[in-house]
Amino acid sequence: MTAMLELRQVSKVYGSGPTEVQALREVDLAVDGGELVAVMGPSGSGKSTLLTIAGSLEAPSSGEVLVGGSPLSGMTPNQRASLRRRSIGYVFQDFNLLAGLTAAENVALPLELDGIGQRTARARGLAALEELGLADQAGRYPDELSGGERQRIAIARAVVGDRRLLLADEPTGALDSVNGEGVLRLLRAACKRGVAGVVVTHDAQLASWADRVVFLRDGRVVDQTTRPPGPESLLTPGPNR
Amino acid sequence: MSVRHALLALLSEGPKYGLQLRQEFEARTGEVWPLNVGQVYTTLQRLERDGLVASDDPEGEGPQKGFRITAAGGRELDQWLRTPPETASPPREELVIKVLVALGMPGVDVHELIQVHRRYLVELMQQYTHLKAEAPEHEVGLALVVDAEVFRLEAVVRWLDAADARLARLPAGGRAARAAAAPRAGRRLGVRR
Repeated sequence: MTAMLELRQVSKVYGSGPTEVQALREVDLAVDGGELVAVMGPSGSGKSTLLTIAGSLEAPSSGEVLVGGSPLSGMTPNQRASLRRRSIGYVFQDFNLLAGLTAAENVALPLELDGIGQRTARARGLAALEELGLADQAGRYPDELSGGERQRIAIARAVVGDRRLLLADEPTGALDSVNGEGVLRLLRAACKRGVAGVVVTHDAQLASWADRVVFLRDGRVVDQTTRPPGPESLLTPGPNR
Repeated sequence: MSVRHALLALLSEGPKYGLQLRQEFEARTGEVWPLNVGQVYTTLQRLERDGLVASDDPEGEGPQKGFRITAAGGRELDQWLRTPPETASPPREELVIKVLVALGMPGVDVHELIQVHRRYLVELMQQYTHLKAEAPEHEVGLALVVDAEVFRLEAVVRWLDAADARLARLPAGGRAARAAAAPRAGRRLGVRR
């Protein structure tokens, strides 16, 4: 099975000489469709760099990134831009919804920008909202929505159409824990429909929603969780339960 | 967790049988805290002895024996609900001790040690979170129990993160000095023995 996202020995260096910063060091990471992976690490560990390189917003200094099995290094800038528009969705901490557009219009916007006719784009936008249980918010404007609702719309926008890779940077950073949970439930639901998800965070609680947690330190992958055993293992009475 | 007070709380809703109490306790805590039937009956016997519950058949035994809360039991339950749990003095936390001990040990990579514990805790948090994620959102009892465990574990992970960051900033040779200072800090904080 081909991973939806694969990083092979990816390194990233900013600057040179005495100001050189090694942001990523020989990172290997593969994420399958249907899988949600959290990349966890402290500030300055390289999390955001990893996400921008995975999303082809930045090129690695060395190593290779493959999206859907295709190496980005073999693509022209136009092909990479097309891949970003059609296959990759981004979710940021501050939602980035356009205030003058309704939720449905915001979700349809990436498709319209990609040249799809307005009517088709809006129908697909509505379908994405429906699939994620957000249809009742389709006609509302961002300033009529709570922070949690806005972020859920942003997730629908990130997976609209044929997008199969969802990249999220601290997506619950601005939300309280219950609203944050609503966003994470939706992120998991989107991944269960076949999307490969990568979320970067310093927050263990957010990371615990992922199928797998990868730990980053000083630009290097130092550890990862194994696929957690079923929850029934928690139900065995122990000395403190 | 006080099984004694949890049973009093269930009986405050009306008389119940022992087996019924066990089932309701487990259902309301999302079955995260299993309770064996012997534990239920032993606790009920003690509550009856202390005058906090009364049974419909003081001489009888078995699953058909019903219990109800007494006025004294009601007062005890109310007082317990309003009494803050003992959190004023810090417990003697095993993980804190392990990291403190490791600081003074030659050849031990404390960051690697911290990561071992961090991974274990995050895996445990994943198990709890996935239990909540798979359950319907309206199962409030389960969500509350899981939240309590996840927040408790998260606090430990945050302590590990802070320890990791503090130690990374220390100049070489500073670790042993910090480790030696720790027992004095413990005395100042009145750590429970």
